[in-house]
Amino acid sequence: MLDDLDRRLLRHWQADATLSPAELAATVGVTPAKVSRRIARLQDTGVIEGIGAVIDWSALGYTVEVSLRITLDKTQAGSFDGFITAARAVPEVTEIQTFLGSVDVRLNIIARDVAHYQQIYRERILTLPHISDIEALMQIARIKDGEALPL
Amino acid sequence: MIALDDIDRALLRALARDATQSAGALGRTLGLSQPATWRRIRKLEDAGVIKGRTLRLNPEKLGFGVAVFLGVKLAAKGRSSLEDFERAVTAIPEVQRVEHVLGLFDYRLRVVARDLSDFERVLRRRIMTLPGAGAVEANVLLSEERLPGPLD
Repeated sequence: MLDDLDRRLLRHWQADATLSPAELAATVGVTPAKVSRRIARLQDTGVIEGIGAVIDWSALGYTVEVSLRITLDKTQAGSFDGFITAARAVPEVTEIQTFLGSVDVRLNIIARDVAHYQQIYRERILTLPHISDIEALMQIARIKDGEALPL
Repeated sequence: MIALDDIDRALLRALARDATQSAGALGRTLGLSQPATWRRIRKLEDAGVIKGRTLRLNPEKLGFGVAVFLGVKLAAKGRSSLEDFERAVTAIPEVQRVEHVLGLFDYRLRVVARDLSDFERVLRRRIMTLPGAGAVEANVLLSEERLPGPLD
């Protein structure tokens, strides 16, 4: 079980993942040794999965981001697995989610520009198996990002 | 915009997985010296390709058992107050992601909650009451995977 100190540590670290354990210790007002022990335990129990670098795709020329909401043809056996395995092989797909609701699967796609997106859509997406319907939402702006948990 | 070579791409893939690896350790796996690796990382940071670090937490282990993707349409009368809507929606702690989109909806939200009844509370008390909010469509997340993107 997590106590208040664990939650405070996670809250601060989540807000700024560049903090070193020593800086984190100074922020929450406990010894670095104690912070290290807490972090080790949170990693061992799987609460902390890791720290990753965040890539800004626009700095690499990928200026278009589209959310594709896909309905699959569920009358065919294995349509989910077949679709997802094929979607994984498309390099520009950065996220795959499955849902309970009116949408079966969502793909997040990045592209260099609209022409590039059009090419990916025609050559790599429309050719994926078991699709019965697709709706596209083109991202205009990210208003809130980072996916922080409300700890 | 900067051009990447194969080593830069391998470096980005490795750092996206684990940003805490030292330049020395990364260099050994890529066949580079520690200073050469460090210079490449600096170059990627200076070009804005690496824009920060993110702490990956396991939501279930922290008691967040439900994630829901919402499509929100603004009511026709609320068109003038995009800023009001955005300010209010961003302030909701359970709302993790807000994107302004073009298409069937105006906004795409990602919401976390402890369970479905907790989600219902957030939806009724906080989302439906947002200034300008119209039709809302909810899809409950079953599974999710993140992929490295075009870095091959």
